[in-house]
Amino acid sequence: MAYNLKEVMATKPSRLTAGHRMCAGCGAPPVARMVMRALKNEDHAVVANATGCMEVSTFIYPYSAWTDSYIHTAFECAGATLAGAEAAYQSMKKQGKLGEGETKFIAFGGDGGTYDIGLQSLSGAMERGHDMVYVCYDNGAYMNTGIQRSSATPKFADTTTSPAGTVIPGKMQSRKDLAKIMVGHHIPYVAQTLGYLNFADLYQKAEKAIYTEGPAFLNVLAPCPRGWGYPTEDLMKINKLAVDTCYWPLYEVVDGVYHISYKPKERLPIEEFLKPQKRFRHMFKPGNEWMIEEFQKEVDSRWDELLKLEEITNK
Amino acid sequence: MGIRERLSGNEAVAVAMRQINPDVVAAFPITPSTEIPQYFSTFVANGQVDTEFVAVESEHSAMSACIGAEAAGARAMTATSANGLSLMWEMIYIASSLRLPIVLNLVNRAVSGPLNIHNDHSDAMGVRDAGWIMLFSENNQEAYDNTLMAHRIAENPNVKLPLMICQDGFITSHSIENIELLEDDKVKEFVGEYKPEHYLLNQKEPIAVGPLDLQSYLFEHKAQQAEAMKNAKQVIKEVSEDFEKLTGRKYEFFEEYKLDDAEMAIVCMNSTAGTTKAVVDKLREQGVKAGLLKVRMYRPFPAEEIANSLSNLKAVAVLDKADSLNAAGGALFEDVVSGMYVNNKNVPVVNYVYGIGGRDTKETDIEEVYSDLSKIVETGKAENPYRYLGLRKGEK
Repeated sequence: MAYNLKEVMATKPSRLTAGHRMCAGCGAPPVARMVMRALKNEDHAVVANATGCMEVSTFIYPYSAWTDSYIHTAFECAGATLAGAEAAYQSMKKQGKLGEGETKFIAFGGDGGTYDIGLQSLSGAMERGHDMVYVCYDNGAYMNTGIQRSSATPKFADTTTSPAGTVIPGKMQSRKDLAKIMVGHHIPYVAQTLGYLNFADLYQKAEKAIYTEGPAFLNVLAPCPRGWGYPTEDLMKINKLAVDTCYWPLYEVVDGVYHISYKPKERLPIEEFLKPQKRFRHMFKPGNEWMIEEFQKEVDSRWDELLKLEEITNK
Repeated sequence: MGIRERLSGNEAVAVAMRQINPDVVAAFPITPSTEIPQYFSTFVANGQVDTEFVAVESEHSAMSACIGAEAAGARAMTATSANGLSLMWEMIYIASSLRLPIVLNLVNRAVSGPLNIHNDHSDAMGVRDAGWIMLFSENNQEAYDNTLMAHRIAENPNVKLPLMICQDGFITSHSIENIELLEDDKVKEFVGEYKPEHYLLNQKEPIAVGPLDLQSYLFEHKAQQAEAMKNAKQVIKEVSEDFEKLTGRKYEFFEEYKLDDAEMAIVCMNSTAGTTKAVVDKLREQGVKAGLLKVRMYRPFPAEEIANSLSNLKAVAVLDKADSLNAAGGALFEDVVSGMYVNNKNVPVVNYVYGIGGRDTKETDIEEVYSDLSKIVETGKAENPYRYLGLRKGEK
């Protein structure tokens, strides 16, 4: 069945409603809306949310923007909290304590709650095989507390705890490759995606993740206008550049087999992605050309590695 | 009536959990409570329970998963000790604030550091203001009985608070003693079914749990928690009375042992009460009017009732198996003394910090306390209220 954005929008009402307080131009709400739209209309969901921008903006007592059941407990344990709810479902369903309908389990966490403080809880939930999807909306820093570096922050980015100073030019470490860490858990479905080309890639991967039995993980790039320093209306432009420069390759790993979802015919140079963002501004000062070169090298080697993984796993 | 058995404290709790048959158990091993999830996972493996056992990767995740499960509409249980409870600490507060009647068995052990695996009450004292009901148990029988009463107390609509049952690590958790168990069907009937009013898995009524709760509401929500804790007193009384009808075993907020005509008394919790009873019996034979007040219900704290119970004494010693390191006495001492002051009961009270890190507390130690108390009775004066018991001399 071919994906059709208009049809999805017309037949599937948003399950994250208007009135939430996320910033204009934030990449996270479209991600949450599209992931939730990938649910069948008749299915109920339990959403767990790590503490972060999304949580503090969508459930401020006494108002909730979520039409499904929703739980937030703390920063580092969306994985374990949802695992507990899923275990309750398995147990109560088996005992005949619940009705007929299906319930799906979806966690949302930012890169802080997922790559860093919540990594253990996520890893445990994935290893134990709970039937759930964990969605990381990766905006590449702790945005909720005011743009501090995370292990998802790209090299050289200027953040409030890795400031571009006169001696140290921003974050000096490379970003963690979380999707591959999740692949290392040998779970049935891992994918990297973002909101791009009518959201087809995001929607289809979310649908697969939700309706694959067992644990699934989605890593979704979600740009942050405040942390990255781009005009709010440019969100989709930034997303497109992330894909066309291969900064954020779109791929999925199904039962250990890699499939790259999109290979740009002509890869754009990384400058195209870096230039519109204030967090990389210092890289374009005279004398800092080496930083762009190094950044490009990292993007190239990661892309090459991905091509090889696709080749090897499809043999 | 009842089944006579010989079980360790841990095994007794695991048997109670099997009889309760909770929907979810999420736990992580830590000495000396490890045996509880260990025994329980055998019940799961052998199909004796309907429970989903979640073998989590940490105690933080154990409590997080219990919160997720209980919010989803399940009965969730766990067990831990010491550092395990410390790692749960953040989630302990969240569990009570979400009004989730989770039941936890805490096998008391010294909290690091330095590392020590033996018994004291520093783990429990670290969560005494976290909004959990806390019941203490002298022996395996009491740990078992308190566990059977736990859900009816915690799940009562006027309460809806999590509850922890405490017992002493190794001293009772690993000692095999006689015990009287209830038949499985009687437990099932006594505990009853859990029917939560609102829960995540109710497809007909989706709910949102765990908001950002700012200046306009948090204060009121905290006051509601405090009110629920006050309500718990009446519920604990009623459930304990029902339990007595079923088993003949009487449980109150605290146990008064030969206190009626006593001149002096010790106040303590858990297994030390057993040692104290033996000493009281000996002293009574010698004509010494010694008594004991054993606190069972530590949270909510029965301040007024304890103050009244101690009001006719001439000297009281409160034994704390955890040092608050505050230059002003242990937690139980502070609770007792503040209760007496507020209720205008003026009796000399002294505090002993004892048994830290599993330091053995022998009958001779307890005799020493009563001997000190008899001097206070004679002189009417309690000098140096902050004392140690069993600390080697010269190593203070």
